Amino acid sequence: MSKAIQFTMPKTFSANQRIVLMMLSLVVVFFVSLSVGAVEITLKDSVNIFLNEIGLGATEVSDVKTLVFKDIRLPRLLFTILIGAALGVSGAALQGLFRNPLVEPGIIGVSSGAALGAIAVIMGMESIFGSVPEHYKQYLLPPFAFLGGVIATFTTLKLGKYKGKVRVTILILAGVAITALTSAIIGLGIFYSDEQQLRAFTFWTLGDLSVATWTKVYIIVIPVIVTVAGLMYHARSLNALALGESEAYHSGVNVERLKNITILLSALAVGTAVAFAGIIGFLGLVIPHIIRMTISSDHRVVIPGSAIGGALLLILADILARTVVAPAELPIGIITATVGTPFFIYLLTVAKRKNLI
Amino acid sequence: MLRSENIAYQVGKKPILKGCSLTVNPGEFTAIVGPNGAGKSTFLKVLAKEIKAQKGNVNFNGCDIQELNSEELSKIRAVMPQHTNISFPFSIEQIIEIGRFPHKTSKKENDDIIESVIKHNKLEAYRGRLYQTLSGGEQQRVQLARIMAQVWDKSAFPKYLLLDEPTSDLDILHQHTLLNTAKEMCEQNMAVLAILHDLNLAAQYASHIVLMKNGEIYKQGLSEEVLTKQNIEHVFEHPVELLKEPNTGRTVIISIPKSVRNETYKQQNYA
Repeated sequence: MSKAIQFTMPKTFSANQRIVLMMLSLVVVFFVSLSVGAVEITLKDSVNIFLNEIGLGATEVSDVKTLVFKDIRLPRLLFTILIGAALGVSGAALQGLFRNPLVEPGIIGVSSGAALGAIAVIMGMESIFGSVPEHYKQYLLPPFAFLGGVIATFTTLKLGKYKGKVRVTILILAGVAITALTSAIIGLGIFYSDEQQLRAFTFWTLGDLSVATWTKVYIIVIPVIVTVAGLMYHARSLNALALGESEAYHSGVNVERLKNITILLSALAVGTAVAFAGIIGFLGLVIPHIIRMTISSDHRVVIPGSAIGGALLLILADILARTVVAPAELPIGIITATVGTPFFIYLLTVAKRKNLI
Repeated sequence: MLRSENIAYQVGKKPILKGCSLTVNPGEFTAIVGPNGAGKSTFLKVLAKEIKAQKGNVNFNGCDIQELNSEELSKIRAVMPQHTNISFPFSIEQIIEIGRFPHKTSKKENDDIIESVIKHNKLEAYRGRLYQTLSGGEQQRVQLARIMAQVWDKSAFPKYLLLDEPTSDLDILHQHTLLNTAKEMCEQNMAVLAILHDLNLAAQYASHIVLMKNGEIYKQGLSEEVLTKQNIEHVFEHPVELLKEPNTGRTVIISIPKSVRNETYKQQNYA
């Protein structure tokens, strides 16, 4: 056998070492993100604010810095991490489930359903929800978007089932149909909306992390952790599924239960993420590929790796979004696509050359 | 013992299997042979509980398969598909490890078992390789290694390997390597049930033959009793000759185009 056709996984770092490396990068990016912005907060400041908070602090930090750190940067950063992890991990699980590298979380209809819920709230903000106190208005959109996402997902799942079994091809087509239908209704909404509503909706579809508050962090932390943990628990089953449905069944996997759990957990995470941060494209599609190409296709690596990778890329994107046109802010979706695409194309070129895909 | 009784299966109004009964004992290598469309693959799927027959029952070691869930079944029988396309790049070790899915054994034990099946299938040279970069024959040997890893654990009860045309696309070396390895497994309180297209491979490796035609089992029993000129010609509707291989004395089955044979008969009759 000639060396030219022998492809082995790169052996410089083990899979576990690479995951640890990613976590370390996450820590670094975490502190970089905290310090970037109009008010400069150094690493030393961050540590001191943290120590002051838990009552061990000895060094005074200015009130402005403490306030920006506590009420703006930290909740936004945690919000970003959770959203990134949710999108990355759902993309990984759904690609594994559909055995298709082209799948992105929107395929099960969740994003388009959420968009429908979002535009309904935006358009009804004055007429229907006019009496809602101003402070609570920001919490109106997420539940409706989530509900829209859940209804769309259940409809897709219901259409994709035949005799109690999920038919993957039918499920994908059902997702396409549901997306087309919701787009049509959204189009109708856009047609009847005024300038301001249209602008609000357009920005929502490009994603927005500036809406982060501690309350929102508390709300999304549970579904995201449940999803990541649940999908990690099923990582070995997803490996078996990579061989095919009947092969996985013969290996002892309860395939129908796996399909239902994966779809519902992904819908939970993506539904939550989209409901609170709008549609942030590209992450769910690209992150799992980056993990597979750079580390391994083993879902025990791809699932946690995509959660960390999603968080990492979204923080980086957010840093750019906040700085490029400062003091204004670019919609995050623009950045994830512009930052992600060249890197993804580079990886594709490498993978093509090595015959990995 | 693997036993099926009166399996009947139909799709819509079209019967695919019409009352197939079969018994496979540990230590036996049984080959299912028959023409295309005889219902061989469907029969194997029913035995593996991949599809449910409308009539009849299947049991492994006395347990009805309807009472067993996928995890319990996977510890008694392993199934090898005709082709396996995987969707993502996996190394051969990762593929083989999937065979360990149903077992709650430690990583160390799993690694030892993976090591053993790699040796048994002579796959040492392919360690660390990605599955997609292997040839069809090599991929099939990795799949055999995977299902061997699934039933490798010592147990008090017999286990079963169900193989669906494992050698269909393979060259002669790979055909023999694969079937030899499968046959060796029969010695470890296991039985092999394989659909084989090549009658000669069936004759060489199988102790027992199940001859199927039109959804029925036409004949079953010891290899030399079932694979006769008369039975084969009836089932395949094509002339064959059975010859003795001069060195080993083994029977070989050859088929000749009908037209050539008719021509020869005519000439013989004129002479």
